[in-house]
Amino acid sequence: MTAAAHAYAAIVGARFRMLLQYRAAALAGFATNLFWGFIRVMIFDAFYRSSAAPQPMSREDVMGYIWLGQAMFALLPWNTDPDVRGMIRTGTVAYELVRPLDLYALWFSRGLAARLAPTLLRAVPMLVIAWLFLGLQLPPSLASGAAWVAATAGALLLSSALATLLTLSLLWTLSGEGVTRIVPPLVYMLSGMVIPLPLYPDWAQPLLDFLPFRGLVDTPFRLYLGHIPPEHVGAVLAHQLVWTAALVLLGRRLLARATRRLVVQGG
Amino acid sequence: MPQIVVENLTKTFRVAERDPGIGGALRGLVRRRHRAVAALGGVSFCLEPGELVGYIGPNGAGKSTTVKVLAGILVPDGGRCEVLGRVPWKERIAHVAQIGVVFGQRTQLWWDLPVVESFDLLRDIYRVPKADYARSRNELIALLALEPLLDVPVRQLSLGQRMRCDLAAALLHAPRLLFLDEPTIGLDAVSKLAVRDFIRTLNRERGVTVILTTHDMDDIEALCTRVIVIAGGKIASDGTLEALRARVTRERWLLVDLEDADATVTDPDAEVIRRDGHRIVLAFDPDRVATAVLIARLAARHAVRDLFVQNPPIEEIIARLYGGEEPARP
Amino acid sequence: MRRDDAPGLYLRYVGISLRGQMQYRASFWMLTFGNLFAAGVEFLGIWALFGRFGSLSGWSLAEVALFYGIVNTAFALAEGIGRGFDTFPGMVKGGDFDRLLLRPRPTALQVAGQEVQLMRVGRLLQGLVVLGWAMTALPGAWTAPKLLLLTGVIGGGAYLFIGLFVLQATLSFWTVETLEIMNTVTYGGTETGQFPLTIYRPWFRRFFTFVVPLGAMNYLPAPLLLDRDAGGIPTWVSWGSPAAGVLFLLVALRLWKIGVRHYTSTGS
Repeated sequence: MTAAAHAYAAIVGARFRMLLQYRAAALAGFATNLFWGFIRVMIFDAFYRSSAAPQPMSREDVMGYIWLGQAMFALLPWNTDPDVRGMIRTGTVAYELVRPLDLYALWFSRGLAARLAPTLLRAVPMLVIAWLFLGLQLPPSLASGAAWVAATAGALLLSSALATLLTLSLLWTLSGEGVTRIVPPLVYMLSGMVIPLPLYPDWAQPLLDFLPFRGLVDTPFRLYLGHIPPEHVGAVLAHQLVWTAALVLLGRRLLARATRRLVVQGG
Repeated sequence: MPQIVVENLTKTFRVAERDPGIGGALRGLVRRRHRAVAALGGVSFCLEPGELVGYIGPNGAGKSTTVKVLAGILVPDGGRCEVLGRVPWKERIAHVAQIGVVFGQRTQLWWDLPVVESFDLLRDIYRVPKADYARSRNELIALLALEPLLDVPVRQLSLGQRMRCDLAAALLHAPRLLFLDEPTIGLDAVSKLAVRDFIRTLNRERGVTVILTTHDMDDIEALCTRVIVIAGGKIASDGTLEALRARVTRERWLLVDLEDADATVTDPDAEVIRRDGHRIVLAFDPDRVATAVLIARLAARHAVRDLFVQNPPIEEIIARLYGGEEPARP
Repeated sequence: MRRDDAPGLYLRYVGISLRGQMQYRASFWMLTFGNLFAAGVEFLGIWALFGRFGSLSGWSLAEVALFYGIVNTAFALAEGIGRGFDTFPGMVKGGDFDRLLLRPRPTALQVAGQEVQLMRVGRLLQGLVVLGWAMTALPGAWTAPKLLLLTGVIGGGAYLFIGLFVLQATLSFWTVETLEIMNTVTYGGTETGQFPLTIYRPWFRRFFTFVVPLGAMNYLPAPLLLDRDAGGIPTWVSWGSPAAGVLFLLVALRLWKIGVRHYTSTGS
């Protein structure tokens, strides 16, 4: 068990070092992020100035929601594992599938690392800048802050489970080009990354509540803002974890089926 | 009137340095160190029309830098360079229309297209007149036996087939000058021979000047009348293969197969440089001891199964020229 | 130097590129559908916001939809035509640019022809659908001069985006790591241009009017296209707005030449 933990820690560490080497890329990415944030702030600002009608979220909350979104953007399941993609292109994935190790756990942890490292590298400076200069408030209470941290951890697991599913889809679609073009925009829309979910029509809310994507962005952010009171953190975590468990089960199923197919067909 | 004149060519690159580890990466965030690397430190040579020249040297010696300058895709820092009467990088488009280039490592053909369509597209790119194109295409197809490959998408070709197609592609516009960079790399023995035969024919019968950079000394031995060796950005030697040999060493090798694999062999005038089972390789200087004398001495002391004399392989000679290191690749 | 057959060669490249792509037909349809879908979802978001807020600083949903349709159609055209520049950084990294330098044709022409993407049909369709809807939903009649201006504005926008792709490719001669910054004006530009630029802060609007002339496919021709009050925009500016993109592309191609010179002096 500890050996496995070490192996996974090594994967995360390697990822960090690789990312750090791209200092310029990191800076450029940060500037781009900031720019996108400004565009979105201005658009929502204009909408709020256009209507005096009461809205499900205050203007200030939406601004906070946007900057949190810019900070946590890398957390979303937006791509497939490039190494697995390479293995499938070259055909070496067959060896990988028949190796005596828990492949799902390995791919999941790679997916986790692929989200965690860039999220931390991008989120920390973005949050600091947003707190200092862009009017992002600290959580209204310690409880809200703690609830946000817990829900972000839940979001990370949920996102990794989704990303692993994307990667697994490569075993069928091979290139994954179609999947990575259809799924991420859908996830952005349904998670709240593009438009804060409470601003969608009221009739759509029950559906959004049910789907897993809310747990990636919307519920953690609203816990941070106090828009969801911290005592509801249990329900949020339960929603995230039940979905994570379901997606992990589905992923393991799919992987087992891919392996079986491979063994039967002999590659 | 030489086709290529290179005089005192110099080129220096700036290379960023990175420290290893997380600490290094973090330091790299703040500032980066640069190091100047002299790729060419005053290279000069001339080439007459119709020559077939091997341009060799270890990795990083300045081979590909020279070729890039000659091909017009790299501007040197100093020195003079004229190819077919033009300064390559000053008149790029006119210049490259007159030369052909083949990189062994990458193809210039369109990956998903049948070979013949790549040829047709190249005709349009080089603006080859229809009649000239048809003639040169058909000749190349015959010479390189490409007929069965024409309708095959490039990605389905073997390496040897692809190289033959790439050679044809580089010659459709009938260039007077051909640059070949590692044309036999990774090829099987049969393909290597086919490629060498073709290059020889091209040079002897059509008078195309060929500059060949390669690590394969068999290519050099089979094809080149002249060898230019570059090491550390400077020309280390320029002349015939024999002259190169003579310049470095007069040494000969005596290869002896003994009956007794464990026999101890010593001789005052020869040095055992290699031992492999029954076979022993002795290096000697024919000025110091006549070959016949050495053979007689050995035969008197040991039961000899077989023996023969040879020149040291060209790799060894080159390696000594670079300064005693092993050849980069056999 | 004869340049007259350059369009012919470009069309040859297009043909070759399309034929190559049709060998992967399944993947082609997947990508087309994916693009159509992705962009379609985006417009639903705008529709939802109008549902909540009613209007945007005095602009109606139909008017915003027109901007949205223009910018997305222009971008899709640019992506289709100038895709070679978009993927160019990978080409420089892999050392494949040398290959183009070895051919007796202008490099920009070869890069543009390197890859022509049929896949962008999805975004194009979606842009056209929104554009078509906006045109029917708007109260004003679509007279011939207005249609002409609309076509010109979309064409000018496509030139502008191609110019941005050329700039991005030019930048990659110096750095491939900071290219993401160009996304702010390419993808960020489409995002920005989906809304009337008048809703943004003045410095931002000025940037996207005078530096990157996105305004030329947005609020500058709007008075004529939407029969709105000119709001101080001279009529000749509205009519002349398609020219901005063309000028931008010419400047970008100038810089490209400087980039190529830099490349050939550093060899990387």
